Amino acid sequence: MMARGFTPKVVTASDLFEGDVVYLARGGIWTRSLADAQLIESESAAREILSGAESVNGGLVGVYLADAEAGPDGRPRPVHYREAIRAKGPSNYCHGKQSGG
Amino acid sequence: MNTIVTDDGFRDDDWTLGFRNWENAEQVDGDLPEGPALDVPNSIAGEDLVDFFASAPMIRVPFPSHVDGRGFTLARRLRLLGYRGRLRARGHVLPDQYLMARRCGFDEVEIDRDLALRQPEELWRPCDSWRTRNYQARLRASGSA
Amino acid sequence: MYRYNDFDRSYVRDRVEQFRKQVERRIDGTLSEEEFKPFRLMNGLYLQLHAYMLRVAIPYGTLDSRQMRQLAYIADRWDKGYGHFTTRQNIQFNWPKLRDVPDILEALADVEMHAIQTSGNCVRNVTSDHFAGASADEINDPRPVAELIRQWSTDHPEFAFLPRKFKIAVTGSPVDRAVTRAHDIGLRMVRDDDGNDGFEVIVGGGLGRTPVIGTVIRDFLPEADLLPYLEAILQVYNAIGRRDNKYKARIKITVRETGVEAFRTLVEDRFPVLRRVFEGGDRDFARQIRAAFAEPEYADAPTSPFDAAMDNDPAFRAFARTNLHPHKNPDYGIVTISLKAHGATPGDATSDQMRLIADLAEAFGHDEIRISHEQNIVLPHVHKKDIPAIRAALSEAGLGTANIGLASDIIACPGMDYCALATARSIPIAQQIANRLKDIEAEVGSLKIKISGCINACGHHHVGHIGILGLDRAGTENYQVTLGGDATESARLGDRAGPGFSADELIPAIERLARRYIEVREDEGESFIETYLRAGKEPFRTALYGEAPRPAAASRS
Repeated sequence: MMARGFTPKVVTASDLFEGDVVYLARGGIWTRSLADAQLIESESAAREILSGAESVNGGLVGVYLADAEAGPDGRPRPVHYREAIRAKGPSNYCHGKQSGG
Repeated sequence: MNTIVTDDGFRDDDWTLGFRNWENAEQVDGDLPEGPALDVPNSIAGEDLVDFFASAPMIRVPFPSHVDGRGFTLARRLRLLGYRGRLRARGHVLPDQYLMARRCGFDEVEIDRDLALRQPEELWRPCDSWRTRNYQARLRASGSA
Repeated sequence: MYRYNDFDRSYVRDRVEQFRKQVERRIDGTLSEEEFKPFRLMNGLYLQLHAYMLRVAIPYGTLDSRQMRQLAYIADRWDKGYGHFTTRQNIQFNWPKLRDVPDILEALADVEMHAIQTSGNCVRNVTSDHFAGASADEINDPRPVAELIRQWSTDHPEFAFLPRKFKIAVTGSPVDRAVTRAHDIGLRMVRDDDGNDGFEVIVGGGLGRTPVIGTVIRDFLPEADLLPYLEAILQVYNAIGRRDNKYKARIKITVRETGVEAFRTLVEDRFPVLRRVFEGGDRDFARQIRAAFAEPEYADAPTSPFDAAMDNDPAFRAFARTNLHPHKNPDYGIVTISLKAHGATPGDATSDQMRLIADLAEAFGHDEIRISHEQNIVLPHVHKKDIPAIRAALSEAGLGTANIGLASDIIACPGMDYCALATARSIPIAQQIANRLKDIEAEVGSLKIKISGCINACGHHHVGHIGILGLDRAGTENYQVTLGGDATESARLGDRAGPGFSADELIPAIERLARRYIEVREDEGESFIETYLRAGKEPFRTALYGEAPRPAAASRS
């Protein structure tokens, strides 16, 4: 693996009302799809965007930065299996995001 | 100024005799009802305060965080050991915990201005029957704390 | 069964209204998330990986058909049509919305249920023997004691903000089905030479990061002294338990760091004054509660349908061998309904299955249902004549699996498929092991496999004959195996077998363990755990890792 100083990130949280996973997209808009999230490429930007997101987190719980990478289409995809499960849903039933609902 | 919460609601602090730290307090023999209140750490054993009961008209117990429940057990222990003076909880106590504090033997709660603004007076008012309307009072012979 | 009195009823209603207001204050911002969190946890509401999760208390695992039907209704109306029964005899709903939770709690209150103290750093829902009041081997029904503890611990003003959660288990039988030695306090009913009931009080057991088998702090505590003694233990723990490190905050660490003798002295010092406060005031309640748990009026009828099925139907015999336990009335049986169909999620039941079980309990089971900590459902009082009909109905609904106590009867926590604390998945591992061992499990016999998806050990892996712990090793799920654990009265922590396995490597490795047992056992009468304790770890270690000593980092196949 190539040594890199910074793993790209997305800002993610849980929705206060629904409890489901949300991601920060460009323009400060929250989305329910990881593919639509903003992939942050530098540490300073990550810090700045995270603190901006935390300061207006009225309808959100537990805002944090999650590792991500650009997929073949350039859109973010998860690096760690925990984030993969969050982005998709549980493996025993077709519930959560994979159900489209 | 901090706000004092009692069963009657919010009021300013009427305590004029000052406070002293337990660490600096000299043990005093005999009755000294006019003494200052005693500030004690919530980690203290109730037994260690018995000698101060007569000289401390008020004991104040800190709640550094609303999830640190040591003060509840300390208050109940002081009451069980015979302390009859005023017991005050001070710090991060939420309205939802006010009755826990009362039922453990506290007379009042001291909160700062920010907390008083964010958790306004109407949230703190207990129902009249709080002393008896709980499982613990029903199970104890004395019918309350 | 215990029925709510007016006080219970209004108390639970008040709590629903209180929580409704707390939710409103959270939504309008008067309560921060940090402030709201202990209150939502105290009402059983977690925020998990994909959604909120509501954990509903089933006190000491006892419920009736009306309550079971209401759980089914809640699953359909506010969740996704199923519920997950847990190792704490509770049920969890995995998909509620925050705004709906007060309505769900109200629906629970309608049937004398609640979610109070199923989470948070307080005294949790008390657990007990799932065969209580029915099993032939018990001294007395422990549920009246559990109910008394439920009432005493509910909203106890001193103990809502303890250093950490606090779990109490009670058994009335010398055969421990309640894992009392792995609880913060375990109570084992004993009877003294004069015929008086009391308790052996065990303190400081627990699993998690630092597994500890509890220590006996009192050999015989008279039943009448129970509440003041519990209160004394809790007072000491609340005063001196560590709050600087959540991994050292459980009472097992307090007891270890203080020393058992010093801890006992602190408790005994506080006990007399508390005893005077109670002055036996709880005894009237205790008597009323015990009266509510009177034995059912047993039917007097021939058991011929059962006898015929035993004689003529091998599949029924297999079911009876695993899923039927001796009842104190010889014409009756205790039927365990497996929530472990091969390949299914351990502990899950659909709303239709819940309603069927409610119907069966009502028709054939004196309207009683139990949830076991092994994540199955029990009909504790069934006349033998009705068991063939029950089995037929269960089989039709996918609930007839004859595997209780066998390799596929696996305890598994929800793991990373749902839980925010998990480090690896548990459910797919359980599903694959059950399928893999299906054809040999009857030959293997009694084998307890327990799987946890993180160090917190909700899946009790330390006390599994085979324990599996899922961890995150450099971004990959990795599973550690322990061997020789025991959850019963001969409680024992399992031994680490060696290096962990990937998910793919793990499943065949578990099969090798089962096959090695068959090779090594003296005869069919020697169970897996007996063989392990006799033959030691070595034959099982080599089944996992091969004969030659291998470096720890080597990968396995």
